[in-house]
Amino acid sequence: MKFGVVVFPGSNCDHDAWWAIRHNLGQPAEFLWHDSESLGGVDAVILPGGFSYGDYLRCGAIAKFSRIMRAVERFAREGGLVLGICNGFQILVECGLLPGALMRNRGLKFICRQVELRTETADSPFSSQLERGRIVRLPIAHGEGCYVADRRTLEELEAEDRVVFRYLDNPNGSLNDIAGILNPGRNVMGLMPHPERAADPLMGSTDGLLVFRSMVAALSHTP
Amino acid sequence: MTAITPELIAAHQLTAEEYERIVALLGRPPSYTELGIFSVMWSEHCSYKSSRLHLKKLPTAGRHVLQGPGENAGIIDIGGGYAAAFKIESHNHPSFIEPFQGAATGVGGILRDIFTMGARPIAVMDSLRFGPLDDARSGGRNRRILEGVVSGIAHYGNCFGVPTVGGECVFEPCYNGNPLVNVFALGVFRQDRIFYARACGVGNPVVYVGAKTGRDGIHGASMASAEFTEESKQKRPNVQVGDPFMEKLLLEACLEAMETGAVVGIQDMGAAGLTCSTCEMGSRGGTGIEIELARVPQREAGMTPYEIMLSESQERMLLVVERGREEEVFRIFRKWGLDAVAVGEVTGDGLLRVKHHGRTVAEIPSRALADEAPLYDRPRSRPLREAPLDGPDFESADPTADLLSLIGSGDLCDKRWIWEQYDYMVRTNTVLGPGGDAALVRIKETGTSLAMALDGNGRYCYLDPHQGARLAVAECCRNLSTVGALPVAATNCLNFGNPERPEIMAQLVEAIEGMAEACAFFETPITGGNVSLYNETLGEAIYPTPVVGVVGLKKTAPPVRIPFPREGSSVVLLGGLGGCDPRQFGATQYAKVILGALWGRPPALDMEREKRVQGAAREIVNSGLAEAAHDLSDGGLAVALAECSLEGVGAEVELESDLRPEYLLFHEGPARILIATGQPERVERIAAAHGVEALRIGRTRGGVLRIRLRGRRLVDCAIESLRRPWESALPSRLRG
Repeated sequence: MKFGVVVFPGSNCDHDAWWAIRHNLGQPAEFLWHDSESLGGVDAVILPGGFSYGDYLRCGAIAKFSRIMRAVERFAREGGLVLGICNGFQILVECGLLPGALMRNRGLKFICRQVELRTETADSPFSSQLERGRIVRLPIAHGEGCYVADRRTLEELEAEDRVVFRYLDNPNGSLNDIAGILNPGRNVMGLMPHPERAADPLMGSTDGLLVFRSMVAALSHTP
Repeated sequence: MTAITPELIAAHQLTAEEYERIVALLGRPPSYTELGIFSVMWSEHCSYKSSRLHLKKLPTAGRHVLQGPGENAGIIDIGGGYAAAFKIESHNHPSFIEPFQGAATGVGGILRDIFTMGARPIAVMDSLRFGPLDDARSGGRNRRILEGVVSGIAHYGNCFGVPTVGGECVFEPCYNGNPLVNVFALGVFRQDRIFYARACGVGNPVVYVGAKTGRDGIHGASMASAEFTEESKQKRPNVQVGDPFMEKLLLEACLEAMETGAVVGIQDMGAAGLTCSTCEMGSRGGTGIEIELARVPQREAGMTPYEIMLSESQERMLLVVERGREEEVFRIFRKWGLDAVAVGEVTGDGLLRVKHHGRTVAEIPSRALADEAPLYDRPRSRPLREAPLDGPDFESADPTADLLSLIGSGDLCDKRWIWEQYDYMVRTNTVLGPGGDAALVRIKETGTSLAMALDGNGRYCYLDPHQGARLAVAECCRNLSTVGALPVAATNCLNFGNPERPEIMAQLVEAIEGMAEACAFFETPITGGNVSLYNETLGEAIYPTPVVGVVGLKKTAPPVRIPFPREGSSVVLLGGLGGCDPRQFGATQYAKVILGALWGRPPALDMEREKRVQGAAREIVNSGLAEAAHDLSDGGLAVALAECSLEGVGAEVELESDLRPEYLLFHEGPARILIATGQPERVERIAAAHGVEALRIGRTRGGVLRIRLRGRRLVDCAIESLRRPWESALPSRLRG
């Protein structure tokens, strides 16, 4: 089960994701350079947190045009598992793999804190090891994590059971308290909180491992 | 040619004597470019001309020290073949003029100092001082400065990807016109991968990497070496603009280039930019450097040699590369999308030779700039101190109300509003983040954690610089011991007023001597640091504010935190109730917040006793006996108990003492640490083995904090009523 962690210039949670997969989850992981045209045969892709290309324009707006995103889009269309964490979520909405947008936090400030999330669906390759209603603790660290979408999109997300995690105490103003969503095919998830930061008991929570374990379970069941 | 007139010399902040010295060193009058080069290199900021003589008194060597002062940062051995590089630096003047960029570039500068040596930065902390947010005259400005500084630090550190794991923030009117922004950074690397800022190997190319050179920041170093006047706001263009994304690319590219083995020496361009990096590398390598300015990547057309040499544009590095292997290095920088250009070469003549389109515009012996800078033994008198020895008569009508006021005061309140804007977790090593006594950052590769804390107390130092500096070192070591770490080395940032005033110079010297004494005693040698003088606005100096950062080592383990985790545990006060006299009470937070006064002397410090208490605390914490631990400092025993209670579990405390209640609750005598434990007998045995008093003062209890003296109730409050003022103080004051 090989995970690929994409490295954009300015990614800074790339190593954390790699470490969590490699050492806390115990699965193979490798880095994928932004300039590469291929994903090197990985089974799942992680778009990590950070400030891709500095994010001076709009978060994820430049990363969208990077060469590797063509390959990631192809991989996603073919049903490959793609997890976008934080900046990775922002990139996924910028390139249209997920609907909506991530705006500046309601309080206009960067927020770093441990938050509680409610699992809204176990019916996804990212949450099968959780149960609906299960509360998990994951850290957030973002300035632009306020999820917004038009009413129809929100209704669709809710009706199709595509909201995976919701904030219990909404830190950033996200509509419907959304912290993580799926694409219609349920093989792409964007998540503002950081599961890779909650993969070691020393960091205060290991709930993040449940997300990665769900991915492993999904991949092992793929024929 | 610009004529060198006395006015021009004065405008460069060089004295007539210093100019004579330049002429003697060169054997001729300097050119305009050379005058600029000398002025920045001989500025207080770069040359330490007022402090160098006294800094020599600091202990700099020790068991763990691999590199003491003189390089970009000090280096210590952290075991397992790894080393840590760390240093603290000020960015006070720029942060006053332009808070956001001033603070941001402060972070950028210290990060470069760390990764220049080959170390990957893994932690940042900051020590901040502002004027009170509710100051009648300057409150609005102070709020803007604080907001700007905090978002500047957040912007830079978060984007770069280094966790900001702790720090301190204190408010005093003396910082109204002169805030302090001191940034500490620490990086880790393998001991066989240390790089130095030395230009070696005649004929090796000198390579310029990173951002293009612009007109920003020219004379920043000289600006940092002068007092503030009404015209200072005009100096806004002297503050540079930071680009943390560029810095992140530089970090990755430099570390990757260093891996090739083709990098001979490397130095960042910080204060005094290209000037400082070229002459310091030459001076340290015993060589010279010749550069051609026409090859320097430039952001603007028509820049003069003077401007190129003095620019403080950020995110630039200078490398000396092994001749013939340039392409290996260039390829890495291209991969990261960075400019890398050979701008010159190492020479054997010991000269910094600067050419512009082939014409020599400066030719100065490197040593003259770096090592022959003036050295002053400035006259000193008694330290400036306008505070009485004896304070007002007072009696507390309601100690509970006093405690609530204290916990909701600027210095003691919850600083979450600040530190939640910092990504304190990135890199997933933060075992203990902001809000604790010390931060703990694990090293994944070695099973060791590094502890770090920053401390400084301007009030103590104003009353007695020598004692105040000793207390800062003692407290910082106590902070580390409270989380179970052994303090091993230190860095300092000395923030003072104008050293040309004898009463300020006396503060500086006494503080250095006090710090030297304590650092020697606690075996925490100073491996590097920074001196920031001329912290005055319109002739009014800040309190002398030496800030110390201590780094310690500990085996990686689940951390012991401040809050009491459960009911029914014993509360033990290591070091006992301590003593206090009327004069020693004048430096406390109680005197400041409740009485609005400052008098007397800082608390007494028995360093022997302090060391024993710290040793006992480390053993107790590392034996797994402590459920919670917190050192006593600002606000004394009552405030420490309150801080342990804020998450909901408080305590019932019963005290026996002859001290008057105000002293008992709020005096700030050092060498005391609170421990919550389920095994008080074992804690007492360890304390006894260290020759330390361990006083069982009560038990933890949900929802309330009660403190009685011989059965008489002094403090009685619900934890909720403590939490509210503590949590709301900073956000509500920021709303103005």
